[in-house]
Amino acid sequence: METRWSPRAIMRTMLPILLVLTCIELASGFVLDTFEGTLLQYPSLLVLVPVTIGMAGNLGSILAARLSTVVHLGLLSFEPDDEYLLGNAVATLGLALTLFPLVGAGAWLAQTLVGGTALGIGTVVLVAFGSGAVLAVLAVFVTLVTTYAAYRFGLDPDDVVIPVVTNVCDVLGVVVLFAVVRLVV
Amino acid sequence: MTVREVAAEAYREALPVLAVSGVGGLFAGVVLGGMEAELQAVPGLLMLVPALLATRGNVYGSLGARLASALHQGLIEPRLNLDDERLRGAIAAALANGVLVSLFAAVLAFVVLAVLGRQVAPLGTLVGIAGIAGLISGLLLTAAVVGVVFLGYRRGYNPDTLAGPVVTTTGDVVGVATLLLATRIVLGLGGL
Repeated sequence: METRWSPRAIMRTMLPILLVLTCIELASGFVLDTFEGTLLQYPSLLVLVPVTIGMAGNLGSILAARLSTVVHLGLLSFEPDDEYLLGNAVATLGLALTLFPLVGAGAWLAQTLVGGTALGIGTVVLVAFGSGAVLAVLAVFVTLVTTYAAYRFGLDPDDVVIPVVTNVCDVLGVVVLFAVVRLVV
Repeated sequence: MTVREVAAEAYREALPVLAVSGVGGLFAGVVLGGMEAELQAVPGLLMLVPALLATRGNVYGSLGARLASALHQGLIEPRLNLDDERLRGAIAAALANGVLVSLFAAVLAFVVLAVLGRQVAPLGTLVGIAGIAGLISGLLLTAAVVGVVFLGYRRGYNPDTLAGPVVTTTGDVVGVATLLLATRIVLGLGGL
């Protein structure tokens, strides 16, 4: 058997990256721990936690994957009027503005069905919508900066950008949710 | 292509995947929302949630991508044969990575919270929960990833496009559900 399929070789490649990413994720866990009181008081906000993290990470990783492909094809110019940059950024915003209000309504509905909610549907949708709008802008910014850095340093964007963007967006998901909850609730 | 065409294509391609993983995320959220009692009984458990969910995605997403590439290259057969050294190696590495990283997250979360003087459950409780959750979720996600990638490939689907959404959708649900189960087991044993 060639060595790259041995468990030892796979673990040697992956474990260091996984440990670094875990430290980043624990930072977002720390933010959650900080506002645990509010989350336990309003369970419909707790319902929003995994989906907000996941959606932010997925929006970032899809954008990163699409831009990486364009970089590989040599089509991305990094000019402010580049149609691939602008088009993908607009799509990310559009996706966030479509999906986050639905996610908010879904979270409210699910929590109402299983246990009843202390917050109105308007508040939960507003929290989800506000978080989504801010997160989409941040996801675009983080992805562009990371993709540009990988490009300048001659790194393969597939290797670097997707894990960095996904995990940074995970953390931002929690931070933004926290900030919006502070403002709205 | 114009900006409008690029945006429309990106939007159309991403919407179904994001919608499906959003539904998975909501299910995970409902389980988490029902965990109030456990979260209160085990201070510090909530701090582990993002790290454990991300680990599921990172480890088993990578297993799916590895199996998909190997199928494309003809290195493995699309059937569950644990005599196959490559398949066995990939699964063993994923399980070991998943459990080790979960334990690491529990220890680090405990240290951070203890150093800052925040309320935190005993180290044994957090490590026990993370380890049990890591092992059970690992077995379930391995079965899901291997099953979907192999069956999909045999039916003519591209395993590259199957593995990602399957892991992001099932990873959150399985991740939170096994966290709840592990917490109940550890609390039932008297908190270790």
